[in-house]
Amino acid sequence: MMATTPGTIRIDNQEIPFTPGQTIMDAALAAGVYIPHLCHYPGLTPSGNCRLCIVETGNRSVAACITPAVAGQEIRSNTPELNAARTTITQMLFVEGNHICPSCEKTGNCKLQALAYHLGMLDDHFPQFYQRRELDASHPDILLDRSRCILCDLCVRASREADNKNVFAIAGRGTNAHLTVNSPSGKLADSAIAATDLAATVCPVGAIMIKEQGYQTPIGQRIYDRRTIRETGLQEHIDKKNDD
Amino acid sequence: MTSSCPHNSSDPPREHLLHRLYAVQRQYRHISPQAMQQIADEFHLPLGQVASVVAFYAFFSTQPLGRFHILFSNCTSCGYLANGENLLQLLCKQLQTSPGKTRADGLISIDETSCIGQCDRGASLLVNDVPITGLNPEKIAQIAQLIATAIPLDAWPAQWFEIRDAVHRRELLLTTQPAPGSALRQALKQGIGETLAAIRQSGLRGRGGGGFDTGTKWQLCREAPGDARYVVCNADEGEPGTFKDRVLLRIHAEALFEGMALCAFVIGATRGFIYLRGEYRYLLPQLQAALNRRRDQGLLGGNILGHAGFDFDIDIVAGAGAYICGEESALIESLEGKPGIPRIRPPFPTTHGYLGQPTAVNNVETLIAATHIVAHGSDRFNSVGTPQSPGTKILSVSGDCRSPGIYEYPFGVRIQQILGDCGAGDAQAVQIGGPAGKLIAPADFNRAIGFEDLSTGGSFLVFGQQRDLLTIHRNFAHFFAHESCGFCTPCRVGTQLLKNTLDNIAAGRGSACDLKELQQLGQIVQRQSHCGLGHSAANHVLDGLQQFPQTFSSHLKQSFSARFDLDQSLASARQLTHRGDAAAHLDNG
Ligand SMILES: Cc1cc2nc3c(=O)[nH]c(=O)nc-3n(C[C@H](O)[C@H](O)[C@H](O)COP(=O)(O)O)c2cc1C
Ligand code: SF4
Ligand code: SF4
Ligand code: FES
Ligand code: FES
Repeated sequence: MMATTPGTIRIDNQEIPFTPGQTIMDAALAAGVYIPHLCHYPGLTPSGNCRLCIVETGNRSVAACITPAVAGQEIRSNTPELNAARTTITQMLFVEGNHICPSCEKTGNCKLQALAYHLGMLDDHFPQFYQRRELDASHPDILLDRSRCILCDLCVRASREADNKNVFAIAGRGTNAHLTVNSPSGKLADSAIAATDLAATVCPVGAIMIKEQGYQTPIGQRIYDRRTIRETGLQEHIDKKNDD
Repeated sequence: MTSSCPHNSSDPPREHLLHRLYAVQRQYRHISPQAMQQIADEFHLPLGQVASVVAFYAFFSTQPLGRFHILFSNCTSCGYLANGENLLQLLCKQLQTSPGKTRADGLISIDETSCIGQCDRGASLLVNDVPITGLNPEKIAQIAQLIATAIPLDAWPAQWFEIRDAVHRRELLLTTQPAPGSALRQALKQGIGETLAAIRQSGLRGRGGGGFDTGTKWQLCREAPGDARYVVCNADEGEPGTFKDRVLLRIHAEALFEGMALCAFVIGATRGFIYLRGEYRYLLPQLQAALNRRRDQGLLGGNILGHAGFDFDIDIVAGAGAYICGEESALIESLEGKPGIPRIRPPFPTTHGYLGQPTAVNNVETLIAATHIVAHGSDRFNSVGTPQSPGTKILSVSGDCRSPGIYEYPFGVRIQQILGDCGAGDAQAVQIGGPAGKLIAPADFNRAIGFEDLSTGGSFLVFGQQRDLLTIHRNFAHFFAHESCGFCTPCRVGTQLLKNTLDNIAAGRGSACDLKELQQLGQIVQRQSHCGLGHSAANHVLDGLQQFPQTFSSHLKQSFSARFDLDQSLASARQLTHRGDAAAHLDNG
């Protein structure tokens, strides 16, 4: 049952207030407690697909971004076991797609990469899948390289909820799942997307990128060269709150 | 939901999106981009949604299929390898085609599909949606001949299509059939409160595998605020080795419809759905006829049995090849014309189900049991079974046994007894509840079927001594990798990794660290996935490692071996360059 009055939960023994309807993730970020996440973005409907935000309550493991906070919940998040599981899940994302970090324009600005650093991931561990995935360079301002897509659904939700355009969808089952463009030709050029849309900039990895900005910011001065993903994740939450 | 129902351009058709897509595919053998656009316009849907639906369901194809389209089951019981011979390859060879491709002349396409629920009938296939069972090399040769000469399906030997149901043991549900309308009359006589009380007192728990208390579900649904309420019968029966709902739909459909009407009466629903797996599409005409009969008898439709204001009718929606659509929230997504991606729970369907309204989703067997309970009283029902698992369970027994088929037992029955009854003298292992269930070794054959011990949706797979269990594990792992909906990382990628690791071990390239790998990977998939598919996808591997470690260890290399096989990786390049010699990749000449 969902509580109707404000209450508190405990994450790793720290008391954290929440308001009814808040998820564990929202409550944690608002209190300055970072829970790793990739498919959560402040202001967009949570999805629960990446599973980086797994936390434990009782003997269950749940995704913090989609699980309502309930008064009195005892939650474990920053534990060696959970971070090991998060590392494995991050490795899964790395081997499923084609991630070429050293030569990727997103390097240093990439949440997947930053999260790997945060978790102390040292290798891919699993064999690469080497999937062939389609590249869409049709749009004058925006590049879509599905090779690096982690199927986080953020662009889908951003386009639908923030841009009111519905440009993207995810289609296909299992590892055949792939991002599709909602236009007659299936190409970005044919869609309503614009470079200023949230959908064009929300991608955590180098799958959707704005063209003609390559290496404007030198490597070494990029987002995660300056701040950790923990700090960035907390700041995104504050920025969104200030916007509202 | 008739396919001919007229609609003007401003109203979306009343037909179900899956049925519309099916009709197009039937006519044109595939669904083209133009057809998708047209259907998107008709239904006022974004093209992207129609395209994702087409991509999600295995039975839809964007490439033209053959005029004869054959899908072999790949289940361990009704699969094309079931009797030790590759019947799929055999048919492909005889028809000069290869799996997954349509022959150039468009006559034939052959592929494989997950279990089609004919496990008691031996190796089986679907030809243009109709099952042919009991396959052997002779039958394959006949089929090849019929196809090669383009003999239409209705001129194929009629006895091939006769449906025989092997019911070997009957208890409460299968011995008697309440007269149509008798439970409904009883319900109308005693009122909603007492009808619900009867269900609650019976202790009936869901037969689909989850075991949720049915009375509680109906009550939650009844009490949830909403503009409308819905009854949904889960006839998706996708768990490999399960076929009891297929038999129930054929011989006890009346009791099922009546159970749905009882549920509607209790929760206050006017509309119900049967979500029928696409593999059982051939049952549609018979089910529709039975529904019409009930409408004529006043047991469905407006003012049921003359009771003013008791309106309820049932639509059947046929799926299109997706195991995940048996998960109730994925099923509801599918009913709403979307890909079957499981929803975030809570909220549960009892409060936010079909179109966001309170919805009771129940298995076929659960609803039939409800009819019996209301017709004959809860005392008779819970006079058998165990305190935590009252009543009986209908099992689908198949695999290495003399008498595969349907067996109804009181809950609490021991594995040993079932094995004795079905003629499985020397079982090496039993898989209970299908690939998602539990692998049981002989030491545990004294364990019992019941929610407190071995819970099962009904699949009971027997593996004799001659079976290679690693082959079974690989089969299951391929099943889950194929059926993962792809939504969450641990299941989407993890099921692939499990599959690849098992294949690797079977190919003789496994080493001791792979066992540790399977264990760790299995635990992540089991614990961190989003829905029940992921939660159970690694069960068989974890059980196997614990119960039958030699299954894996006997295939391992003693010394280190690279997972990467250079020769295999170069095979296609060598083929293209016509260089077969071992050093082909070394010199540039
Ligand atoms: C992957 C998956 C597949 C399922 N398949 C079926 C199915 O084919 N039939 C079924 O009745 N329940 C199936 N279930 C269980 C349903 O989600 C749900 O619990 C059930 O339909 C409720 O009905 P019951 O309470 O009468 O058992 C499945 C669950 C999961 C997680
Ligand atoms: S393109 Fe980027 S934002 Fe969109 S689903 Fe893929 S990874 Fe997520
Ligand atoms: S566990 Fe598997 S089937 Fe379930 S949501 Fe995740 S990917 Fe889909
Ligand atoms: S951030 Fe919660 S599942 Fe992705
Ligand atoms: S650095 Fe390119 S996807 Fe992360």
